[in-house]
Amino acid sequence: MLQYLIRRVVTLAITLIGIMVVTFFISLVIPADPLSSIAGPQAPQETVDRLRKLYGFDQPIYIQFGRYANRLAHGDLGTSFQTGRPVLEDIAKYFPATFELATIALFFSIIVGIPLGVLSAVYRNSPIDHFSRVLSLIGVSMPVFWLGLVFLLIFYFKLGWFPEPGRLDIMLIEPERLTGMLLVDSLIALDWEVFFDALKHMFLPAFVLGLYGLAGIARIVRSSMLDVLSQEYIKTARIKGAREFIVLTRHALRNALIPAVTIIGLTYGGLLEGSVLTETIFSWPGLGRYLGTAFLTLDLNAVVGGTMLVALTFCLVNLVVDLLYAFLDPKITLARS
Amino acid sequence: MLLKDTPVTTDKLLSVQDLRVHFHTLRGIVHALEGVSFHLNRQETLGLAGETGCGKSVTARSVLRLIDPPGRIVSGRIIFEDRDILTLDDTAVRAIRGGEISMIMQEPKMSLNPVIRVGDQVAEALLIHDTSLNRSSARTQAEEMLTQMGIPEAHRTSRRYPHELSGGMAQRIMIAMMLVTRPKLLIADEPTSALDVTIQAQILALMDKLVQDIRTSVLMITHDLGVMAETCDRVAVMYAGNIVEMGAVRSVLKDPQHPYTQGLLKTVPDKANPDHPLYAIKGNVPSLLQPQNHCRFSDRCEYAMARCSREIPPVYQMTDDHEAACFLHDGQSISSGGKQVDLMNP
Amino acid sequence: MNTETQIDKRLARNQRWKARQRYFKDSYTLWRRNHLMVVGTTIIILLLLIALSAPLLATHNPLDQILSDRLLPPTWEHFFGTDSLGRDIFSRVVHGARVTLTIALLVALISTPVGLIIGVLAGYFGGAVDEILMRLSDVFLAFPKLILAIAFAAALGPGVENAIIAIAVANWPSYARLARAETLAVRDNDYIQVIRSMGASNLRIMVGHITPMCLSSIIVRLSLDMGTIILTAAGLGFLGLGAQPPTPEWGLMVSDGRLYLVDQWWVSTLPGFAILIVVMGFNLMGDGIRDILDPHQRQS
Repeated sequence: MLQYLIRRVVTLAITLIGIMVVTFFISLVIPADPLSSIAGPQAPQETVDRLRKLYGFDQPIYIQFGRYANRLAHGDLGTSFQTGRPVLEDIAKYFPATFELATIALFFSIIVGIPLGVLSAVYRNSPIDHFSRVLSLIGVSMPVFWLGLVFLLIFYFKLGWFPEPGRLDIMLIEPERLTGMLLVDSLIALDWEVFFDALKHMFLPAFVLGLYGLAGIARIVRSSMLDVLSQEYIKTARIKGAREFIVLTRHALRNALIPAVTIIGLTYGGLLEGSVLTETIFSWPGLGRYLGTAFLTLDLNAVVGGTMLVALTFCLVNLVVDLLYAFLDPKITLARS
Repeated sequence: MLLKDTPVTTDKLLSVQDLRVHFHTLRGIVHALEGVSFHLNRQETLGLAGETGCGKSVTARSVLRLIDPPGRIVSGRIIFEDRDILTLDDTAVRAIRGGEISMIMQEPKMSLNPVIRVGDQVAEALLIHDTSLNRSSARTQAEEMLTQMGIPEAHRTSRRYPHELSGGMAQRIMIAMMLVTRPKLLIADEPTSALDVTIQAQILALMDKLVQDIRTSVLMITHDLGVMAETCDRVAVMYAGNIVEMGAVRSVLKDPQHPYTQGLLKTVPDKANPDHPLYAIKGNVPSLLQPQNHCRFSDRCEYAMARCSREIPPVYQMTDDHEAACFLHDGQSISSGGKQVDLMNP
Repeated sequence: MNTETQIDKRLARNQRWKARQRYFKDSYTLWRRNHLMVVGTTIIILLLLIALSAPLLATHNPLDQILSDRLLPPTWEHFFGTDSLGRDIFSRVVHGARVTLTIALLVALISTPVGLIIGVLAGYFGGAVDEILMRLSDVFLAFPKLILAIAFAAALGPGVENAIIAIAVANWPSYARLARAETLAVRDNDYIQVIRSMGASNLRIMVGHITPMCLSSIIVRLSLDMGTIILTAAGLGFLGLGAQPPTPEWGLMVSDGRLYLVDQWWVSTLPGFAILIVVMGFNLMGDGIRDILDPHQRQS
């Protein structure tokens, strides 16, 4: 187990270095000249050259990379041109909102997706199977940004069931910022009005994001459940005289969840990327919208910092998934003697 | 009708009558079993022999009513003691499965659940059928059973997962799991064919001993006639969804009455005469897509007559405990092993 | 003797031919029985036809701006209405099929060969080559695909060509992974050893004997990915990082209509609907292809 963990952490470290290289490459090819935005468009060539030297842009690439890596190692992601604040500060400000949204969406996908996939496999070709397959087909085929717009149009503009885009009603005062996650912070402050308002604001974007995750999870659970149900050990369980419910849960589901866990990790990545689109539509003040704007305005440091953070989160989620995998699948845990 | 009217020799435990099973596939209906009938007495071991695909395993699974779609039991009766398994409700069938009839399958490693400790899997069989039992005493009983199956350090082994065990060890666990409830009937579907030759005999001996101890009847499915000769009291030979010959093991193996059985026996390599060329029955197993309207073996039979490809041969009774479904016995006789057999004409 | 072997050969060839015929017949039966796949295939064929005959189907020039006709609701004159610049949305959606198909095909044409080559090399040579190439693909897999595509699209500058490159960059590692796994599975097979002992070069073995074995699973994977590729392209367009105005790209059109969502719903929703239908078509077809090639299906 420990050995497995160490190996996994070492690969993670190598991947992190790789992520640094890739983001550095992205920062190199970004066409916007960061110098001109610092020095101003009319600055004389002399000034530009001086700045070039000052920022080290005249150095060979590997030296530049060394400095870049050194900077990152000290937690310095540079300053965003757009907000004028250090990127790290921006991220700290925006990330909790995204984390909150994506986590709730993931929770929703799992809670609904797994039972749906199981029912679909067990009652193969029944109405519930057809329903679940159509729902997951639509879920994976739906452009998230379009579904967001349609939902806004129907449930906000036309029906008025849900509040306007944003995280909180403008008349309400945010509770003291502890975690940055409104639901958590309002719970800590016991501010029920804020809590329920935040929950209502959360509903549409979380549903739109979650539908995508739900679709993927239901699909994979269905197919791995079908696969497991055809295995010999399921027959063994039936031969033993086990009740069908026990056969499905104790014998089949535990095995079927092993591949599903991997997909849940990937789904989290999908939710993170979906957040760029969803947050843009629902005016959600999170990292996704911050990144989206940074990409459009070629805010170099914000792009690099934000991308790196998303990749880091994704890697950590995958690490957790792998550990969970090892917990579920006894073949991975090294025999404890 | 020339159908046999079995003389009641001993107390019948299981009696299968005219069992038909169809599989609905892309290319049409496969007639997997076409009227299989046999019976099994208490504390007897009946062997079911035949090539792959002849319907041995389908027969075995039908007894537990465990035919998966696209397969379907079309008709027939499976009388276990005094109940017809095919007409029981699900709860009653579940009580029989694992409690009164158990089954060991071919691939021990694939038949064990990979995420549950093997000891718990054995204990589960007990817990299902005895709700008054608590978990820890079920575990203890399971470990005792493992010890009886010759598993060293049963306590430690019971805490292992299937992938940590060898094939032979896994099959011992399977046998323990299936016998721990002291069933009246054990179905063993090629229990040793996936194992190393060196441990096959050992496992069979252990199983045999346990079966004797708890007085269980056995339906032994195998294509290994050697295994059959050693372990079975009676044998039934299957070909393409039919039982073609059935009788006491000595009688069938020494004096086969159906041309298919004769061929099958000739395919066994002669150990005393290793230079002797290996025999193979000519031709291929027929397609089962057409419903049977003649002898399925007639295309490959050296003795085939005109009527063989027109009619289904009935079962002819040769002695009290030896029968064959072949027109050669319709008032005639065939020679086998150089010995002329007197044939009864029922 | 000679004639006998000839007859044997002919018999064998005949049997092979029959087996192949049976295979195609079964495939066809499976296709027919899989109603959803029939739907998917039909959608894709329609998409191809629409893309090919776009100028014939379009009722207006997709780029013509008639400002006096802006934001008209759907009528017989304008099936899907008009957008904020008075362009006919139906004609733009029809022409958008070309853009979408082009992007999807080019991404497939770039990312699969790259993935295939890298995967086969890694699997065939193993050792350090494998380690380096696979760590490289790990790095790319560490980013969520859309994020990586967006980052590259932003870095390279917006535009259809760069969007294609960006999506291809995000996609190749999964094909490399798959090709590597397939290569490992066949590499040590006896017949590869036989070919090698006959003096075939590594290149010859890789190109002639290993690559073909990887193809079917890569094709299945690609057909399953097609929908995602289109969604990514539309997402880039929506964010303004893909196709640029006035290109009739569906994602871009959805984004254009956002401002008029409440009163002129058709501007955004109809092009988005086109994306949904096409992606669904590809997903249905991909699922179907996977099922048909799956040997388990053939038994039932």
